[in-house]
Amino acid sequence: MSDTLRDKYEVVIGLEVHVQLTTQTKIFCGCSTEYGSSPNSHTCPVCLGLPGALPVLNRQVVENAIKAGLATNCNIAPRSIFARKNYFYPDLPKGYQISQFELPICEHGYLDIETEGRGKQRIGITRIHMEEDAGKLLHSDEAGVGSLVDLNRACTPLLEVVSEPDMRSSDEAIAYLKQLHQIVRYLDICNGNLEEGSFRCDANVSVRPYGQKEFGTRAELKNINSFRFIKEGIEYEVERQIELIEDGDKVVQETRLFDSDSGTTRSMRGKEEAHDYRYFPDPDLVPLVIKDDWITQVRGTMPELPQEKMQRFISDFELPGSVAEVLTAERNFAEYFEACTRLHKDARTCANWVMGDIQRMLNESGIDIEQIPVTPQMLCGILERIADNTISGKIGKQVFDLMWESSKSADAIIEERGLKQVTDTGAIEAMVDEVIAANPAQAQEFREGKDKLQGFFVGQVMKASRGKANPAMVNELLCKKLRS
Amino acid sequence: MELTDLTLHEMIRQLREGEITSVALTEASLARIDATDKNLNAFITICRDEAIEAARAADARLAQGDAPMLTGVPVALKDIFITEGIRTTCASKILASFIPPYDGTAVRKLKELGAVIVGKLNMDEFAMGSSNENSAHGPVRNPWNVDRVPGGSSGGSAACVAARQVPASLGTDTGGSIRQPASHCGVVGLKPTYGRVSRYGVVAFASSLDQVGPLARNVRDCGIMLQAVAGYDPADSTSVDTPVPDYLAGLEGGVKGMKIGLPQEYFVSGLDPEVKHAVDQVVEVYRSMGAEVVEVSLPHTRYAVSCYYLIATAEASSNLARYDGVRFGERVDPGKGLKDMYTATRSQGFGDEVKRRIMLGTYALSSGYYDAYYLKAQKVRTLIRNDFLAAFEEVDCILTPVAPTPAFALGDKTADPLQMYLSDIFTLSANLAGICGMSLPCGRAEDGLPIGFQLLGKPFAEADLLRTGYAYEQTQEWHTARPVI
Repeated sequence: MSDTLRDKYEVVIGLEVHVQLTTQTKIFCGCSTEYGSSPNSHTCPVCLGLPGALPVLNRQVVENAIKAGLATNCNIAPRSIFARKNYFYPDLPKGYQISQFELPICEHGYLDIETEGRGKQRIGITRIHMEEDAGKLLHSDEAGVGSLVDLNRACTPLLEVVSEPDMRSSDEAIAYLKQLHQIVRYLDICNGNLEEGSFRCDANVSVRPYGQKEFGTRAELKNINSFRFIKEGIEYEVERQIELIEDGDKVVQETRLFDSDSGTTRSMRGKEEAHDYRYFPDPDLVPLVIKDDWITQVRGTMPELPQEKMQRFISDFELPGSVAEVLTAERNFAEYFEACTRLHKDARTCANWVMGDIQRMLNESGIDIEQIPVTPQMLCGILERIADNTISGKIGKQVFDLMWESSKSADAIIEERGLKQVTDTGAIEAMVDEVIAANPAQAQEFREGKDKLQGFFVGQVMKASRGKANPAMVNELLCKKLRS
Repeated sequence: MELTDLTLHEMIRQLREGEITSVALTEASLARIDATDKNLNAFITICRDEAIEAARAADARLAQGDAPMLTGVPVALKDIFITEGIRTTCASKILASFIPPYDGTAVRKLKELGAVIVGKLNMDEFAMGSSNENSAHGPVRNPWNVDRVPGGSSGGSAACVAARQVPASLGTDTGGSIRQPASHCGVVGLKPTYGRVSRYGVVAFASSLDQVGPLARNVRDCGIMLQAVAGYDPADSTSVDTPVPDYLAGLEGGVKGMKIGLPQEYFVSGLDPEVKHAVDQVVEVYRSMGAEVVEVSLPHTRYAVSCYYLIATAEASSNLARYDGVRFGERVDPGKGLKDMYTATRSQGFGDEVKRRIMLGTYALSSGYYDAYYLKAQKVRTLIRNDFLAAFEEVDCILTPVAPTPAFALGDKTADPLQMYLSDIFTLSANLAGICGMSLPCGRAEDGLPIGFQLLGKPFAEADLLRTGYAYEQTQEWHTARPVI
C-alpha cells in the first residue's frame, strides 16, 4: 500500500490484555495452578462445576489485582461485584464464567508511553477486573475419541486489563503492551509468558479518515501470542480495512483470528452470532469490600516500578536514559545492577559490566539472572581489583570468564593464576629496556617523531609481562625512556 | 406404640439410656418405609445397607458413652443434598444416575453427629414446584389423603415425617418449599435466616433465596435438627459468621409480654375460610397466653410473587446451565455435533416446569430486558426486606397463614402454573427478605387435611421462633395426630 493512501487514515487501537496470575491456588478453590500436570489432576467439585459446589474468593488474587491497579494509576473500588457471564461451551464447567462486569475492582487508570511517531502519550486504562479462566479442549484424531476436556486451567485467576482506544499506531500498541508486561513482571504477579498464554492480548483495531470524529467499525483480533505478531496483525488489519474502505466496501464488526504463518487475519464469527452473556451479579459471592488500610498494606509490599526506577537510576547514578532503560527492563536485572552499586562506588563501571559481560554471558549460556553463578559480590571483587590497580581491565575480563566457570572469588583466581599486575617500577623498567633494545629501528623512528609507535611498544611490553604490567606505568616509562 | 412413633428427642433419650438400639430404630424405620412408601412415594433412594452399617457403628459409639447428639437416629434428606457415593438426582432425569464424589456441609455435620441417613427424598425437580408433582420420580402423595398433594418442593421431606417413616428430615426452602409442605402434611418446618445454614453441597435452584432447614413432628425436634446443621461455613461465602445460640435453652420461656404482628395484607380475599378460622384461633391462643397481638403492615407484599419469580428464575437459568451432558449426568447425543447434544440433553433431561423457569429467567436477564425485570425486581426485593425490618421495630414476630388453602388434589393446578405460583404467596416474602420462618400445625379442615400457621422472625432470631412456636404447641394436640396410611 502506498504511503500516501495509508497517510489518509488514522489508526485507532484499544487493547484487552488477559494477565494470568501466578498464585499458588485457583481463584475460587484450593486447587493448584501448576502448569503442565496430567489432565484433570488439579480439580475439585468447585472447579469441575459439580452440583452444589460454591466459589470462595482467593485473597491473594485480590491483592494482585490491587497491585496491578495501583501500578497503572487506577482507582481501587471500595466495593466491587463479581458477575456471571453466561454461555455454553464444553471448557466452561458451570455454563458461566465468574467475572466482573459492573463495578470492577480497578478503574480510570493510565500508562504513559513514548514512541518515535507521536512522542509521549498517555494511554487510558478503562478498567481491570478479576475473572476465572476456562479449561482446555483437546481434540483427538483417533476415531471414536472426539474431544476431551482438561479442567486443570479452569478457575485459574486472570486479570483483564482493558485500555481506552487511545493508541494510534502498532508502535504505540507495542509500547503500551511492553510497559504493561514489564509492570506485571516487576510486581511478580504474572510470569509474562506470551507463548504459553500467560499474557494474552486481543486488539480492537479500526481506521478512520483523519479529521473524522466518529470511530470506524472495529475488528477484534485474537490469538496473537508474541509482540511481533501483534504488530504484524495490526499492520495487516489496518491495510485490510483501508483497502475495504477505498474499494467502497464496509468494515464488518467481527472477531478475527491472526494466522502467524501467513501474517494475515481471518474472520471467526460475525456480529449476528454475537453472544448475549446475560451478565448478572453472582449470588454465590458477596460484594468485595476493600478498605483503605488494605490498600495501604498492599502498597507497602509493592516493589519500585520500572518507570520510577529508571528515573532514579538516571538521577542517582548519572546514567544516560538509554542505559537506565536497558538496566531496568527486567526487575531482577535492575536489582543485580543496584546491588553492584552498593558494593562498588563507580556506578558507570557497574553499568558497563552488567550490560556488557553479564548480559553477554547470560545470553550465551541461556540462563536467567536468578541462576547466575557470578553474584554482585563476586563481580564487584573484580571491579575493586581493577580500581586498586591489582589487575588491569583486560585481565579483569579474563578473571570474569574464569569466575563464571569456577564460581571462585576474584582474589582467589588472581592469586591462583598469578594475574596480579606488575607495579614494581624496577621490573617494568627492565622490560621496557629489553623491548627498546630488541627493537632499535622502531625506537629510532619514534624518536624521529612517529608517535604512533607508542602503541606498538606498549603492546610489546604487555606481551612480555603476559598482560600483567600496569599499563599506565608502562606508558609513562616508555615515554621517558624513548625520549631520553 | 411402635418405635417409629417416637419423636426425635424421645429417640435420642432412649438411645442414650440403652432402652433401644439404633439398629432396631433403623430397621423399624426401613420397615415403615417399605410398608408405606408404595402409597406415598416419598423416597427416591433408600440407603438400606449404608443405614444398617451406620446404625451398628452408632450402637457401638453409644455403648462407649461419648456419642454426639444425633447418634443412632434415622433421618432422611431431600434429594437435593449432595451425598458422597449415594445417587443424588434432584428428582430430575438429567441427574438420574449422578453419584457425587463429596458430601455437602449439612450432610457432613449430620454424619459427624452420628445421624443414620436412611435415604434420599422425593421433591419437585430442582426444587421447582409447590405440589411435588414436578418430579421425574412421580408425585409424592399426602399421608393424610393420598389423592392430595403433599405440597412442595420438599414434599418427600414433609410426607416422610408425617407418615412416621423417619422422625425428622432436611429440606430446602427457596420460596416456601419447607413451610408449605410442612403445613400440608401437618408437621413443623423451619426455614432459617439466609446465611444461617451452609448451602455448600446443596444443588442450587436460586442461590440468593435457597436455605436449608429441618422438618420434624414438633418444635423441639426442629430445634435439635437446626442446632445440628446451623453455623458459619468458610466454603459458603454467603453463610454468616455469627454465633449459633443454644436453640433449646430458651425453648420453654413462653410468650408472655411479647408482641406478635398480624400483617393486614395477608388476610385478604382468596384466603380459604377454614384456614382463616384456624389462624384466628391461633391468635386467640397467643392472646390467652399473655402475648400482645397487633396489626402491622407489609405494604409491598403484593409485588412479592412477581418479584420472586423474576429473581428465582433468573438465578435458576444460570445455575442450571451446568447440566449440559458434558461432564456428569445424563447425555443425549444425536451425533450431530455439540449444539445438538446440548439441545437433546437438556430437552429430554429437564421436565416442563424446569424448562419454563429456565426460559423465564433467561428472558429476564437478556440484554434490553435486564433493567426492566431483574434489576427492578432486585429493587423491589429491597423494599420488601425493608417492610419486614420496619415491622420488626414494632413487633417480635409476625404471624400469618402458610398457604391460602389446605392441600389441593393432585392434578388440580398442573395446567395453570400461575395458580400454582400463587400457592407460595404467604411464604416467599421471607425468602426475599432473608428472614427466618416456621410453619406449625394448627388445625384440620373439614375433610381432615392439616392446616398450618406461619411465624416469621427477625434475622437470626430462630430461637425466638422456636420459643414462640413451642408455647403454642404445648397447648395443642395437632402435632401428635397420626395419619392412617
